Amino acid sequence: MSTLVIEGLQARIAGRDILRGIDLTIASGEVHAVMGPNGSGKSTLSHVLLGRPGYEVTGGRVTLDGEDMLALPTWRRAQAGLFLGMQYPIEVSGVSLGDTLTESFRAGGRDPAAVGAAVAGEAARVGLDSRLLDRALNVDLSGGERKRNETVQLAVLRPRFAVLDEIDSGLDVDALRAVSRRVEAATTEFDLGVLAITHYTRLLRELRPDHVHVLSKGRIVRSGGPELAEELERTGYAEWADVVDEGGRAGSAQPVVDPFAGHLADPFADPLA
Amino acid sequence: MEEWRYSRIDSLDPDRYQRLDQPSTKPAEHPELARITAAVGATSAYVETCDGFLVGSPDGCDGVVVRPATDLDQAPADLIGPPDAFVLANRAYAPDPVVVTIRAGTTPSAPVVVAHWVAADGAAVFPRIRIEAGDDSEVTVIEVVAGPGRSLVVPVTEIEVGRAARLSYLHVQTLGDHAWQIGRQASRVDADASLTSAAVALGGDYARLRTDSALVGPGASSRLLALYFGTGTQMHDFRTVQDHRAAKTSSDLLYKGAVANTARSVYSGLIRVEKGARGTNAFQTNRNLVLHDGAHADSVPNLEIEDNDVRCSHASAVGPVSEDERFYLESRGVPPEVTDRLITLGFLGEVIEQLPLPSLGPVLSDALAAKLGVAERLQGERLENGR
Repeated sequence: MSTLVIEGLQARIAGRDILRGIDLTIASGEVHAVMGPNGSGKSTLSHVLLGRPGYEVTGGRVTLDGEDMLALPTWRRAQAGLFLGMQYPIEVSGVSLGDTLTESFRAGGRDPAAVGAAVAGEAARVGLDSRLLDRALNVDLSGGERKRNETVQLAVLRPRFAVLDEIDSGLDVDALRAVSRRVEAATTEFDLGVLAITHYTRLLRELRPDHVHVLSKGRIVRSGGPELAEELERTGYAEWADVVDEGGRAGSAQPVVDPFAGHLADPFADPLA
Repeated sequence: MEEWRYSRIDSLDPDRYQRLDQPSTKPAEHPELARITAAVGATSAYVETCDGFLVGSPDGCDGVVVRPATDLDQAPADLIGPPDAFVLANRAYAPDPVVVTIRAGTTPSAPVVVAHWVAADGAAVFPRIRIEAGDDSEVTVIEVVAGPGRSLVVPVTEIEVGRAARLSYLHVQTLGDHAWQIGRQASRVDADASLTSAAVALGGDYARLRTDSALVGPGASSRLLALYFGTGTQMHDFRTVQDHRAAKTSSDLLYKGAVANTARSVYSGLIRVEKGARGTNAFQTNRNLVLHDGAHADSVPNLEIEDNDVRCSHASAVGPVSEDERFYLESRGVPPEVTDRLITLGFLGEVIEQLPLPSLGPVLSDALAAKLGVAERLQGERLENGR
């Protein structure tokens, strides 16, 4: 049983405060959904947890079973048991999935010989065409293929906690079901704890959350059970858009405009939303 | 002079090098050459020189004829153009110039291998080869310049591709880290013929290769490829000319290199389209990966276009390993030194995949990986000493 604890986490990017004190505690096997309007800091949270360059942590702590994650370089956080499923998985030309996972296994003292069979099995499970496995990472893959690919990596690496940054964006219904079912299964199969960051509730039909948190303007403004996601489904984020920030427009139902996660900038924006 | 800009020509001391009357050693087994020839397998001709002197009497089969040449100066005047001092020295001093002819209409089943072994220290070595691919012939030729000697190697390679012929040529340079190379390649591609001309530069202290490819007949095409990787204090220097002299010709160039430690590289390329070369397509891409702060790459593309009806483009890039790519791999648990190795090998691997003779790919990948190991060790030592 492991615990990921986020306490008072504050972060900025390019001099702008984005996270203003996040508190979350996630235990093995639990699924936490963090939902919020565009610009609320969802993507920043996921990137800060893995230490992406460009984000500056200005306060707070993140510990995994007491080990300070923020003091570790990215690869050591991954080896300690964190995984980031990206909203926009990055193309790495010339580098294959197999080589990447092999090197990760090697660095972690695991037997790299196990990678090949594990990748093949997981690809079949999420419906990723095995011919795509030889391609360079994320190069010439569709949005759905990329997310299936992220899920294959998650399942092969078997982290203790997975941070899934809008893993549901850019997915058709079939891919969404395959990806979310696989993650849901992992919560019992290897006791995976999940922090699923999402704008939409549709992810949470297969990947059933134990806890739902609403993120607005860099803070968790409300936490509850699965019923909170249903409430959001009906009401949207209007209620939260101006809860915290005194600078917000009172009564506005519009999502906060943020240049880093603007609605217009999202090519995978959900047409059904 | 523009042609030598960025080069190390100023630090060349010709008096340090002697001309030889005979090779410095007897022919022997060379592990480097053996790895390459083992990967190539059967050949339709095997030509070997030691310090520029022919070893044995080479023979060809399957439509390939190899003969010593004494009349190379009779080559078409427009093949190399106005010779510089190094071409003139090669013409004057090359002890055993060789002509490889592929008979018209033949398709030898195995490649031709030309191996230059440089064993001498302090010698000036002048290999010269001329490849004549007859009309409608098809062949692959690999030329290797290798050896531990601290010498100055001045190889000249002339290539003629006859009408509708298809020639794939690969130059692999794995000299020792103290050798110099000032090499010259010139090709002439006739109507409807196609040439792939590739170069791999791994060795040398300063290794220069100028590659001029002239498309002289309508419908001629060339594909020019190179990959280079400099470590320590090495410098690789590439100059190219894609010379379109006839209508409906096309050329496509991809040169990719990496520099580590305090290594340097230069790429300077010219696309020239003469008046009347209508319907020309010419593309040029040069990308460089700079692995350490002390390393440096220059990339200088040029266009000289005298006809309107052409499609030309060039792209060049010089930069470090992408922070995003490194982050992605690190977020999977891959340590940073391994991410950079994967990314570098992947970057150069794009050229390896396109080289003639795919069977050489693993040998070259191993050589690149070994060089990366050297670069990491040198960088580690440098950081230690810096403290």
